Amino acid sequence: MQKKQGLINTMVEGCVGLAQGFATTFIHLFRKPITEEYPEYKRPLPARSRARIILTRDPDGEERCVACYLCSAVCPVSCISMQSAEQEDGRRWAVWFRINFARCIYCGLCEEACPTLAIQLTPDYETCQYDILTLVAEKGDLLVDHGGKNHDYNFYRHAGVSMVGEKGTHLNEAKPVDLKSNLP
Amino acid sequence: MLTWTAGILLLVIKLGLVLVGLLLLAAYLVYGERKLLARLQIRLGPNRAGPFGLLQPLADAVKLLTKEDFVPQGADRMIFLLAPVVVAATALLIFAVVPFGEGLTIGGRRIPMVIADIPVGLLYVLALSAIGVYGVALGGWASNSKFSLLGSIRAVAQMISYELSLGLSLVPVVMMAGSFSLVDIVKAQAHYPFVLVQPFSCLIFFVSAVAETKRIPFDLPEAENELVAGYHTEYSGMRFGLYFLGEYVTLVVLGSLVAVFFLGGWHGPLLPPLVWFFLKVLGVVFVMIWIRGTLPRLRYDQLMRFGWKFLVPLALVNIMVTGGVMLLLGS
Repeated sequence: MQKKQGLINTMVEGCVGLAQGFATTFIHLFRKPITEEYPEYKRPLPARSRARIILTRDPDGEERCVACYLCSAVCPVSCISMQSAEQEDGRRWAVWFRINFARCIYCGLCEEACPTLAIQLTPDYETCQYDILTLVAEKGDLLVDHGGKNHDYNFYRHAGVSMVGEKGTHLNEAKPVDLKSNLP
Repeated sequence: MLTWTAGILLLVIKLGLVLVGLLLLAAYLVYGERKLLARLQIRLGPNRAGPFGLLQPLADAVKLLTKEDFVPQGADRMIFLLAPVVVAATALLIFAVVPFGEGLTIGGRRIPMVIADIPVGLLYVLALSAIGVYGVALGGWASNSKFSLLGSIRAVAQMISYELSLGLSLVPVVMMAGSFSLVDIVKAQAHYPFVLVQPFSCLIFFVSAVAETKRIPFDLPEAENELVAGYHTEYSGMRFGLYFLGEYVTLVVLGSLVAVFFLGGWHGPLLPPLVWFFLKVLGVVFVMIWIRGTLPRLRYDQLMRFGWKFLVPLALVNIMVTGGVMLLLGS
């Protein structure tokens, strides 16, 4: 008798459990779908979400990038390449700067590595192209005329650029390092 | 001679209408299922192709037809190419015996609303659904792929197991109607549908039908997160489309079989018979989609235990009780 009771209880419990499940899904049939219809409605993304990469400028309107190759070195998919050069005042800059967005995985490591806040990721995620070669962005495509996430930061205000005399001629200053030997 | 010609012409027209209707229904069932399943999961479902996504089946068909028809290396070419046809053809052929309305009388000529009212219609249904297993088994075997083979082994074991309870659950219906003909079975339900007196039979048939169509919670043969797609993993293009079509035609057919055997077929008050029949079929199909949106997949041993240790004994007891009650009432 004890066992019979157990069986009936189990059956009732099983049926109630099933019915609850079916009721739950049935109620959801009348709920408003939560789908956001993408091309019509573009969800505003958080400011720090990572998508298209830009090169920002400092408050004086100069390029922030000092072509230190850190972003290129840290990039896990090696999609960043550049050529560094030096201006007359000793300020470094990138002669050309290229990001292959077909390879970029938008991990944001370049942004982390950048010592001058030059390279930044933006929430603009609509980067699809029909031709894969159009995804290769040159410096002109990457440069913007604002400071990105920090408008006030100016690297050279801290580091300084102006010099008297040649490099390596100052008191206790080491000879300039051959840059070619230092490349990643 | 004239009556002969008229008869053949009528049959061809009827065949064409039923075939087109069935294929259209199957195509829009795919759309309906996707839409309904989406709503059950508070999504929108297909809504891009045409208004409300109504042209989605057309887009799917175009896509399937234009895809490459790929035969994997090492596949048994002949069987690989023919297996999907078996599935789709058997599914379509079953509908030949399903009556979808009362006979019409046009110009003094009676037109039965069924393609072939054969006296052993029920056996024909069971036989064809058994042949359908070959399509699945051979398709999976001929693919020369582990996933396909595993899927088809599961499918065959499952379909053979549940065919047993499928057949046994129909025995009480035959006993009560006194006929194997589907038209006679529907006629026997003129006063009340059999589901009222045979609820267990109906339940067993319905569960077995879900298992026969290999749908959730019995979708082990194509369990996409274990077996990629089961027996049709290696199929592409329209051959995959035939499997897909066969599956949804089977869904319609089994829905109409539930309607015919247990829900009283075309019988119903107020509305015309054809409308009643369609309402019942769509109702059954809706429940199947609802189940898909609710239940998780069973484990393989649960599936086998449920089939052999619960459904088959229950069906056998049901036959005996039905026989006993009929004997008591008859004497």
